[in-house]
Amino acid sequence: MKKMILPVALGAAFAATSLSAATAGTLEDVQERGTLRCAVSTGLAGFSYTDENGKWQGFDVDYCRAVAAAVLGDADAVEFSPTTGKTRFTALASGEVDILSRNTTWTYSRDADLKFTFLGVSYYDGQGFMVKKSLGVTSAKELDGATVCIQTGTTTELNLSDYFTAEGMSYEPLSIETNTEGRANYLADACDVYTTDASGLAASRATFENAADHIILPEIISKEPLGPLVRHGDDQWADIGRWVLNAMKIAEEKGITAANADEMAATSKDPEVKRLLGASGEMGAAIGLNNDFALVAIKAVGNYGESFERHLGTQTKVNLARGLNAVWTEGGLQYAPPFR
Amino acid sequence: MSTSTVPADNSFQLSQLWRDARYRSYTIQIIALVVALSVVMMLIGNAVENLEALGKDFNFGFLFEPAGYDIGQRLVEYTSASGHWKAALVGLLNTLLVAFLACLAATVIGVFVGVLRLSNNWVISRLMAVYIEGVRNVPLLLQILAWYAVFIHVFPKPKQAEPLLGGALVATNRGFYIPGFTYEGAYLAVVAVFLASIAGIFIFRSWAKKRQEETGQILPVGLYSLGLLIVPTAIVYFIAGMPIGLEFPTLKGFNYVGGTKAGTPLIALWFALSIYSAAFVAEIVRAGIMAISKGQTEAAYALGLRPQRTMSLVVLPQSLRIIIPPMISNYLNITKNSSLAIAVGYMDLTGTLGGITLNQTGREMECMLLLMATYLVISLTISAVMNYYNESVKLKGR
Amino acid sequence: MSETNFAFVATSDKPQLPAPKGTTGAIGWVRENLFSSPMNTFLTLLSLFVVYSTVPGLVNWAFVNSVWNANSLDECRALTENGACWGVVRERYHQFLFGFYPSELYWRPILAFALLFVALVPALWDGMPKRGLALMGSMTFPFVAFWLIWGGFGLEPVSSTQLGGLLLTMIIGVSGISFSLPIGIVLALSRSSNLPIVKSLAVIFIEFIRGVPLITLLFVAHVLLNYFLPKGVNFDIVLRVVIMVTLFASAYMAEVIRGGLAALPKGQYEAADALGLGYWQSMRLIILPQALKISIPGIVNTFIGLFKDTTLVLIIGLMDPLGLVAPTLADQRWNGIVVELYAFIAFMFFIFCFAMSRYSMYLERKLHTGHR
Repeated sequence: MKKMILPVALGAAFAATSLSAATAGTLEDVQERGTLRCAVSTGLAGFSYTDENGKWQGFDVDYCRAVAAAVLGDADAVEFSPTTGKTRFTALASGEVDILSRNTTWTYSRDADLKFTFLGVSYYDGQGFMVKKSLGVTSAKELDGATVCIQTGTTTELNLSDYFTAEGMSYEPLSIETNTEGRANYLADACDVYTTDASGLAASRATFENAADHIILPEIISKEPLGPLVRHGDDQWADIGRWVLNAMKIAEEKGITAANADEMAATSKDPEVKRLLGASGEMGAAIGLNNDFALVAIKAVGNYGESFERHLGTQTKVNLARGLNAVWTEGGLQYAPPFR
Repeated sequence: MSTSTVPADNSFQLSQLWRDARYRSYTIQIIALVVALSVVMMLIGNAVENLEALGKDFNFGFLFEPAGYDIGQRLVEYTSASGHWKAALVGLLNTLLVAFLACLAATVIGVFVGVLRLSNNWVISRLMAVYIEGVRNVPLLLQILAWYAVFIHVFPKPKQAEPLLGGALVATNRGFYIPGFTYEGAYLAVVAVFLASIAGIFIFRSWAKKRQEETGQILPVGLYSLGLLIVPTAIVYFIAGMPIGLEFPTLKGFNYVGGTKAGTPLIALWFALSIYSAAFVAEIVRAGIMAISKGQTEAAYALGLRPQRTMSLVVLPQSLRIIIPPMISNYLNITKNSSLAIAVGYMDLTGTLGGITLNQTGREMECMLLLMATYLVISLTISAVMNYYNESVKLKGR
Repeated sequence: MSETNFAFVATSDKPQLPAPKGTTGAIGWVRENLFSSPMNTFLTLLSLFVVYSTVPGLVNWAFVNSVWNANSLDECRALTENGACWGVVRERYHQFLFGFYPSELYWRPILAFALLFVALVPALWDGMPKRGLALMGSMTFPFVAFWLIWGGFGLEPVSSTQLGGLLLTMIIGVSGISFSLPIGIVLALSRSSNLPIVKSLAVIFIEFIRGVPLITLLFVAHVLLNYFLPKGVNFDIVLRVVIMVTLFASAYMAEVIRGGLAALPKGQYEAADALGLGYWQSMRLIILPQALKISIPGIVNTFIGLFKDTTLVLIIGLMDPLGLVAPTLADQRWNGIVVELYAFIAFMFFIFCFAMSRYSMYLERKLHTGHR
């Protein structure tokens, strides 16, 4: 009737504004658009959350900002797409986002079957169990028959099933969608055990009223190397993502911080520092970026350790020790390839 | 337009396709068909091309690979080593289970509320109005989440739970447990006799109805049916040496074991769906009752029918005719709304096939098509059955 | 007999006695309505008990003991034992209203919202002078609102990922509502037409959409739509959701309107034919105005359903008010505050849906008189 023409016209208007030209390079797309589209978690303490101004914060979020700073020179030129465990891969595969930074485990099938390129490991994690002290359980092997809270759409549910099968034990799964729900269910005793990445457990435990009433069991039943990822097929874009992450790690090794980065670039005698910060050589051009891309990124979010300490470290409520995630010179696994 | 007296102009002009009423309907239909077909072809073509570009094929082989995940609430045997198809089956049964339970509860609650809403009692009718308006105007998803939160916080933890009704019901914040059956020996005989008695009741009832129509004598049908239901089964049960036993849930380790468990996600979802849909049922029932004119009741009284018979023979059959069509769509809505189960982790069809399986295998296209086809079949079946019933109670001969 | 002596003969009417005490006034009303039978008495007492046991506690929790000025849950719990912590609402209400929309640009959605009411006036007020002209003006609203909210053409552009909260609900709800009505009318006309192919296409479409849950359609919007579109065409996720919600609602709308078409007496169709009106003329001038009028309550109910169903977008990760609960809870200061957030969101939805349902009842009453 009277409004018949509207849907057509408005549809056309929408389509006109949102038709993105099918170009080969993600980098060109991002630069043309002026913003980086980055998928993060809908909410996980320390990794991604919104502050009172509606600004996204967190360890995963920092990485997005670093990439935006390196590519566009502006750490705030990021559009964050909150994704759930279920929607994250389709968001990336469909081209809705340019990069996925959402504590995602690097696995064979995600790499080969789902066709994503992992850019490195931003956090070494493992799946653990948290129980209440009052249960009197000291080992995961005593959990036969327990009700377990588990996030769906993750590798944790597969690991859990494997572990209990291997140990010949049974359990009752209580499937939940988000960490927030998991926390609520666990605290209400709707489940005996909460299992997720150990970092997530620690982060949750830190926010409990009586953190001392809960213990994280010694068994770590899986390797969970978490990292950012991009689609297969655009190697240049993958290189950019990979080397922004590496740059943050190298910066920590070399003692470059957000505060002293400019000074280091000007005065440092270390050739690798000079290359990294764009003070010598033409390293950035090889991946289509400015020569000082790493400098801008580090100035925006700090080095790997700074970001870690700001959102996850022992000074925060999440209260995670560096552990495996210390740089290799300090006994951890964070070992960035040389920048040359 | 030309009239029939003018000899038909044999020369055919293209504009006739649109202007001439004889051809126009064909033109419109052909255009519609072509447009619809080409849209479908384009969608399929794009899908094929895009899948190819991504290096994905289209086959359902993944359904037979081990699922690898466990499901808490299940009606059939299932382990993480079972195939994805079995997980989907578990999900499907869970969908049907909660939809059936919710339809039942919503009808019962809704009829109650609908009748009370019409009551002369000002307080109760206001209270029911508040309930109906409050529930209808808040999103169902929010209600499901809220009820779930209530259930896990209000009910006791397993170790503090007191068995109720002499152990027949244990209510914990992980779920409700009721005794389950254990089978041994000649239990099949008992089941067979039980089923036979039910069939017997139906036959008896239709015979009694016929007899009433022929002779006017009314038998105490309810009493006889009850007797038929219990007596033969009980006799066979004791003769066979009590082959069916009850297993009571007992606290063992972390949880209650034994008996039948309905987990909190199921209970909360059932509760929320029932409470929400009952408000709609109440409005339907209210409209149905109000539509029957008072003269019908008075005429029935004048014929000497007692109030109960008036209700069952005169008022209800007529209001049912008005009530049933909206009820059908209400039942369909309940079934579709049960897909919100994933918000509380109840593993229904959307949660298994459309959720975990899709996510673990990355087979979006196959999973979504299968999921939608299944829902379509369920919906069409429900509406077919209900429409059949609707036809049978419809006013004949108009 | 005539000579009989009567002790008393009434020569005039006796003054009427007042009705027995207890059958009139407040007491009478109470007796009649609340305590007329044992069952009724029981129900009354039961309801009064229900009210007594819930309302004071709720009022205490929501108003008397509640805390507005707290910056974290711990702070609030220290101030009150059993009161609501509205501090989270005070701190974040703008997020629940506007999502992540830049705060300096809030005037744009607010203006769009105000214009919505201006645009609605001609549609809702049938006695308006120059209504036809005003309706034409209303039709430009979607474009103006689109421009205001997303920007461009001189306004600072705002991306879809920044939309959220009630703003997102309104965008999806309002566009779904305004587009589903015309599509629904076309579908209803097709389904009740006598052209077999057109009819069966409409039946297939309507039954398909009505046969699957909205969630699956949203999944399709999120997961599959990109497969079905040509390479390189990439719709905005909000637009994709709007399309799906519109399709969903239009199938329901079609059935409501078809009910209206079927309810019209056959004589109306025949009279239109007898006047020599063509199909479109008779539809436009005779059939549709009456059929739409009959189906208005159903249409408004579909709108309410659509508005409530917008919360489902949280399942595909969009940040509607309910979706914003998770990131709020992930903030360590508010970890664990659930009831207050749910209550606040329920309240927001209730206001809108209740207003719409009242309006539909008002229309129903208004249309009931004079027609039948």
